[in-house]
Amino acid sequence: MSSGAIGTAARPVAAPGPGGLLRRQWPWLAALAVAVVVPWVAFDWSTGRHSGFAVSMLSQIGIMIVFALSYNMLMGQAGLLSFGHAVFLGLGGYVTAHVITASKNGVPLPLELTPLVGGLGGLAFAVVLGYFATKQRATAFAMITLGIGELVTSCALMFKTFFGGEGGVSTNRMTGHSLFGLAYAAPIQVYYLIVAWTALSVVAMLLLTRTPLGRMANACRDNFERAQFVGYDPAMVRFFQFALSGAFAGIAGALYTLTYEIVTYDTVAGPLSANALLMTYIGGVGVFAGPVVGAVLIVLLQSWVSLLSNSWLVYAGVLFILMVTFAPMGLTGLVMMHQPIWRSGRMGRLVGPYLRLLVPGLLVVMGFVLVVELCSFLTIGAAQGKSLTLGKLTVDPRSAAPWLVAGALLVGGGAWLRLAARSFAAAWHAVTEHVKAAGAQA
Amino acid sequence: MEVLLVSLLNGLVYGMLLFMLASGLTLIFSMMGVLNFAHASMYMLGAYFAYSVSRVIGFWPALVLAPILCGALGALIEMYALRRVHRNGHIAELLFTVGLAFIIEKGVQMAWGLLAVPYRVPPVLDRALFHIYGSNFHAYRGFMLLISVLMFVAIWLLLTRTRIGLVIQAALTHPEMVGALGHNVPRVFTIVFAGGSVLAGLAGVIGGNYLVTEPSMAATMGPIVFVVVVFGGLGSLAGCFIASLIMGLVQTFAVVVDVSFADLLARLGIQVTASTPLAEVLTIPLPRVGALLPYLMLILVLLIKPRGLMGTRDT
Amino acid sequence: MRQLKRLICLLLAGVLTLWTGIGTVGAQQGTIKVMYTDPLSGPFAQVGDQNLQQFKYILDYINGRGGAVGRKFELVSFDNKSQPSEALLALKSATDQNMPVIMQCSGSNIAAALIEGVDKHNERNPNNRIVYVNCGAVATELTNEKCSYWHFRMDAHVGMKAETMVRALPKDVTKVYLLNQDYLFGQSVQHDVKAFLAKLRPDVKVVGDELIPLGKVKDFSPYITKIKAAGAQALLTGNWGPDMTLLIKSGMDSGLDIRYYTMYAHLGGGATAIGPAGNGKVRSVMAFHENIAVETGKTDTEGWTKQFRSSHDFDFYAAGFRTIFEFLQAAMNKAGSADPVKFAAALEGLTITDMLGHQVTMRKADHQILSEYFVGVFSKGVKYDSEKTGLGWKTETTVLPKDLDQPNTCNMKRPS
Repeated sequence: MSSGAIGTAARPVAAPGPGGLLRRQWPWLAALAVAVVVPWVAFDWSTGRHSGFAVSMLSQIGIMIVFALSYNMLMGQAGLLSFGHAVFLGLGGYVTAHVITASKNGVPLPLELTPLVGGLGGLAFAVVLGYFATKQRATAFAMITLGIGELVTSCALMFKTFFGGEGGVSTNRMTGHSLFGLAYAAPIQVYYLIVAWTALSVVAMLLLTRTPLGRMANACRDNFERAQFVGYDPAMVRFFQFALSGAFAGIAGALYTLTYEIVTYDTVAGPLSANALLMTYIGGVGVFAGPVVGAVLIVLLQSWVSLLSNSWLVYAGVLFILMVTFAPMGLTGLVMMHQPIWRSGRMGRLVGPYLRLLVPGLLVVMGFVLVVELCSFLTIGAAQGKSLTLGKLTVDPRSAAPWLVAGALLVGGGAWLRLAARSFAAAWHAVTEHVKAAGAQA
Repeated sequence: MEVLLVSLLNGLVYGMLLFMLASGLTLIFSMMGVLNFAHASMYMLGAYFAYSVSRVIGFWPALVLAPILCGALGALIEMYALRRVHRNGHIAELLFTVGLAFIIEKGVQMAWGLLAVPYRVPPVLDRALFHIYGSNFHAYRGFMLLISVLMFVAIWLLLTRTRIGLVIQAALTHPEMVGALGHNVPRVFTIVFAGGSVLAGLAGVIGGNYLVTEPSMAATMGPIVFVVVVFGGLGSLAGCFIASLIMGLVQTFAVVVDVSFADLLARLGIQVTASTPLAEVLTIPLPRVGALLPYLMLILVLLIKPRGLMGTRDT
Repeated sequence: MRQLKRLICLLLAGVLTLWTGIGTVGAQQGTIKVMYTDPLSGPFAQVGDQNLQQFKYILDYINGRGGAVGRKFELVSFDNKSQPSEALLALKSATDQNMPVIMQCSGSNIAAALIEGVDKHNERNPNNRIVYVNCGAVATELTNEKCSYWHFRMDAHVGMKAETMVRALPKDVTKVYLLNQDYLFGQSVQHDVKAFLAKLRPDVKVVGDELIPLGKVKDFSPYITKIKAAGAQALLTGNWGPDMTLLIKSGMDSGLDIRYYTMYAHLGGGATAIGPAGNGKVRSVMAFHENIAVETGKTDTEGWTKQFRSSHDFDFYAAGFRTIFEFLQAAMNKAGSADPVKFAAALEGLTITDMLGHQVTMRKADHQILSEYFVGVFSKGVKYDSEKTGLGWKTETTVLPKDLDQPNTCNMKRPS
């Protein structure tokens, strides 16, 4: 499912019809099935209710999937780096909040259709702001979006009529209008609405990549000068791509409003835009599904790992650095590198080397986490009255033992990892040579 | 007249503070095309190093030692990490610096604590230099002005009068050609990155005690410095200098000019009342949005001149 | 690619099962859990961090005196990273574990989100209600337009702080300059200070009135120029963070002879940033400082706060949080239960005597606390100094609870 950046192999023509569709797109359908089933895994059978925390986190994942995919329309597909993408999520959210409040007092808009409103709001603002931003490209474009982001954030703080000031705009999603007669009091109902809209958005954005606009955006990204000779004005291509990307971000904003029922200025601010960049890049910009993986990972990191440790920002930072240094194509890019090997049936030969890599890798990670947590506890955590516990074991950062253990894990594990990495590289090389020799197209 | 002179002086000092911060970034950005998000973190480290060193030895040795420490750190980062990332493209480098900024912020929090540290102006400079229209002109501000002018002159001389400076200038606009001519371009990159870090560290030493030294100082200074650098243009130190001065003066004068759109409209005969649409926007006086003007100016300049005011190259 | 995606989804499912299995242990018996959410990472990390340290000390004291209904209090912290969506996640986590109380101190935007969230949750889940204790989000509207039965504010709001500030102005000050941050909080300070000046001190003239973009101004010298030109004798500001410290530093550097009235100079980092040059000039509106007990002769309170100082390197500025838990203690004991529905009914309208000997009331109409407030001046010669600067806070004005009983516009919907 690559969008052309990583070489597409010539495959046998897939079977047409619904059976063929199932066979070709089964990963997406499987993911959809998991999304539908997962809240029930977190169901608390003793009290008969869903875990509110889990449902909220899953809803957040859905919102971020749409947001990250819309960001990739700019970054991965059109080669445009934007620092102000959250503006469209936030503005779409504000518009939706106002419309939902209005729909309580008269306008009979079913709640299921409100993401459309967010999408239209995002589209409108993207058209206006995009007119200026897309006049330029590359660095100038990035800095213009930075300026726009800062200006909109300041406006959101200063003006009360539309933005509601610091307290934001709040709304109540129980408007009484619904296509299915649902009240949307329970978060699980909103979650399934989010799943539906996320699926719709994913399909829409996937189809967009196959339109002439999507292909021209790729062309402008790959070779700007050459693409002009095709006949389309690159500025117009950028403009349309920017507008549509803003529309989808607006849909994500509407889903945000439905989940939290309050929109505040941080939905347009810089940190959320930075999040989009991180999610898309770590997931992988070259593959359509990359941002999906990235969104899941980053939300888990932010909302779940942060419960376990206040140093989650360090882990995020180290993760980014490792990714950009060793795997700039992202997680899905790494996986896609295995595609020719998988296809030629030689994956089995890599299982052993991977396992040999896994053990020292885990040791190094454990050692690093231990060092960071020890440092953090010594300086910050201890005063807060917390104690460092690993499962049932209480660790005292002041004694030498944990430090020695951490040091041994890091140094020993690191040395072992280097050896294992070398042999893994040899194994990889051997396998790819085999694949090429066997004539399978790479 | 009084207001004009005092504002001119204030704007000049503020502009030169911006230049101190932006000069290092413009060198790195122009040379390597890397939007170094960790530049403000180097500024923060410079302030913290100076605080720790000045507690032991004193402010004046710290003025020399802290920037050197930052430069050494910058060289290490470039040699062992950034160089590898370079071949993965500009976005990869940008994300690398973002991750670096996170780690440095957390590192500073763990090493020096979460609160502001009492890094103070040295007593010999903590007095009034002269009086102007009744208020003091603080001696430390004069010192800041002096150091930033010296910085500018030193960089200018280095770039135009020394051999390494000429190589750097050439690499600023045509890095591949310079490499083809046989110069050790990676080493030049390291020197530039380290040099940029030294400048950032020096800015931190000077600015840290004038402003507040705390773990969030990198995040607050970052955006405005980027705006200045891009506004001034890639590949141009003079552009950076002029951009800093313009930004400083604009922000300062905006505070003393108490005008709003509604006033302008009133001169044309249109009255703005509470019920006029967008009344909230039209009645905003200029001082309220003074600090936002740099962003507006950046957008306007980039729309007309995508390379910035005096830029000589694209990324 | 496909296999990896599947693996990720399965892992996610398995991990969630594990987590919820651990997390959903009902807390009916055992400790009374209080969910506390504030920024614990990122640029505002010191807010949550210092509060946690002070809460730990306070809870040791409260639990040492029996806690409430025979159970001890336990604080569970949740980092909200300054984002309302994360605070709502904290709320979900708290209600999953049937906690009776959620507490939050920093950020009126987060407080607004929590008030709405708690209201909707309690309405939609009548069997699992929760009370929201607000320990520091001060926007006045939270107990006026946005008021809620389940929200109890334990700190004076902006209107009350503004009145305290105006009451502290001495008779010889007749020209004041207002400078605030341009967002809801700063705009409220601006509006309320002007209203109280008009009401209590009509002789005072407002010679300047500025709003600055939040966190963006680095150089305050042009503002100082304007303040001087206007001839102001006092600067009244609600600024916090660098917007406050840079403003004061700039004023002192230029030799401006003026009184500074602030709302946040007494919090962590303020004394360090202002330094000895602020002697006798900087004032702050505060609920507590460590020298009040000395001035009023409350030796046991003084001993208690002194012990905190010996093991921490910042001021015990939030000692007043002890009053929060004394209220919770009294309400739960009065209701005989830690059930939110029961103790909320007992909490509203309750009056207790706080550690400084004042009668403090939780007003029934809008769930706003009525307690004494002080204006302290940063000066030499006090018994307990701040952050090792050699200077500390000395009370200049005391405003009694009854003086701060301001009218409110709350239209509270009570549960039937």
